[in-house]
Amino acid sequence: MPATSKAMRDSHARVFDLDILSLRELNQALHNLAPGSNETAWEVLNPKGNHSVAVGVDQPVSIDVRGSVGYYCGGMNSGSTITVHGSAGPGVGENMMAGSIVIKGDASQYAGATGKGGLLVIEGNASSRCGISMKGIDIVVHGNIGHMSAFMAQSGNLVVLGDAGDALGDSIYEARLFVRGKVDSLGADCIAKEMRPEHLELLQGLLDRAGVTGVKPSEFKRYGSARTLYNFNIDNADAY
Amino acid sequence: MCGIVGLFLKDKALEPKLGAMLSEMLVSLSDRGPDSAGIAIYGATSGNEAKITIQSPKPERDFRGLDAELARALGAPVSIAVKSTHAVVRTAPDKVDAAREALQSLRPDIRIMGAGEAVEIYKEVGLPEAVVDRFDVRKMTGTHGIGHTRMATESAVTTMGAHPFSTGADQCLVHNGSLSNHNNVRRELVREGMKFETENDTEVAAAYLSSQMAHGKNLGEALKGTLSDLDGFFTFVVGTKNGFGVVRDPIACKPAVMAETDQYVAFGSEYRALTKLPGIDNARVWEPEPATVYFWEH
Repeated sequence: MPATSKAMRDSHARVFDLDILSLRELNQALHNLAPGSNETAWEVLNPKGNHSVAVGVDQPVSIDVRGSVGYYCGGMNSGSTITVHGSAGPGVGENMMAGSIVIKGDASQYAGATGKGGLLVIEGNASSRCGISMKGIDIVVHGNIGHMSAFMAQSGNLVVLGDAGDALGDSIYEARLFVRGKVDSLGADCIAKEMRPEHLELLQGLLDRAGVTGVKPSEFKRYGSARTLYNFNIDNADAY
Repeated sequence: MCGIVGLFLKDKALEPKLGAMLSEMLVSLSDRGPDSAGIAIYGATSGNEAKITIQSPKPERDFRGLDAELARALGAPVSIAVKSTHAVVRTAPDKVDAAREALQSLRPDIRIMGAGEAVEIYKEVGLPEAVVDRFDVRKMTGTHGIGHTRMATESAVTTMGAHPFSTGADQCLVHNGSLSNHNNVRRELVREGMKFETENDTEVAAAYLSSQMAHGKNLGEALKGTLSDLDGFFTFVVGTKNGFGVVRDPIACKPAVMAETDQYVAFGSEYRALTKLPGIDNARVWEPEPATVYFWEH
């Protein structure tokens, strides 16, 4: 085990300073966690835009990252609760399976891409391709999202309190998209849909889980798949 | 991948540190491109002197005695400061074209990296650390600069294939991405009279901007033109004598992050490149929007 005991700030949190220890040591220590470990609270100092901070964690621990991270923070997360007290680079929470990630600042491109489960909350804005190919993850963005978000989304929920850029939900299969602000344009096969009581209830639950208050589900519009791209249609043959 | 950086200073107090800051930014992105690296620094201008940055594969042979021979050919004073494989020739601004011709006949193996009143360009095959050490970039002072570490995709790994590319006085450009219509655009620019040194797509982008500005457009207007006239993926960071600009294509796949404080505007392919800048924790940090031109001028 790396000599982290010296860096222990108190008996509760295990502190990793990335100015002193390497990223590999941090991730290895997190991967070494056995089920039922008492080391349930972790703190990461000086991330300074490093890539792959806390990827592949599969135990229900909480990890507070003090600063901004680079690519793929929390990728493949499977049960941990990660809070980034800063902004996140491209691919935050990519392929998340379970657990949650909260970004206090902004997130760059393809946040939550291909995620199968868990909750990703971005308290600032997200950039382009947020939730691309999402497969069951729930994503809540307090601010705006960029173009081509939820491209080829397959399952899960994307909630946006602000605005969405161009081509929202392009080639979407399933997944529910809830946007409170304006949408610059909808992508192929993505349409506005009726907000039924079960959607209002679902959305309220998502807002609650993401710690959003003072916002009503009725303020959102729902978007989803028109399902016209599901099957090959001979009448469209010329378009292929 | 490629990594690009840029730094435009607003606070004169930082000018002595420009080379050190820009070097640090570039070195932090080394793993985005191991093939070659380059940096362009805009220094102080005196108004009565032009600088030509030249490069030679055999500097001992080519640079020895060149100042005297060049001065004789031009009939004007010339000074030369040698740095490794590069040298900066200083002469009167109206002698630049004559100096280019004279250099070609006096030393056929010499390549001209760039010319202008303010800019000096240093680029070589190798990692950023080696390149900035070799040319002592950390000690350079200036008002703004751009840098690049290259993962070669579109042309050979050579000194001339490294960025920045300079195709006009005090103009230069670094690029992350790849252009798909560069051959066509090159043909059109050649017809206009532009000259090219490489098969590189980025040189075409640099020449495109030079051509637009030669037609009277300002930097912002020229950058806007890239959105309709250049096809492919790009994040461009460009420098002019007193300006600094950024543009990304409408798809905006290539990463970009910017920071602005009262002291500077900074650009990096990743946030990592910005983490050591003064006051970065309180800077306005944002991702430039696709198909949107950003530029600043002194």
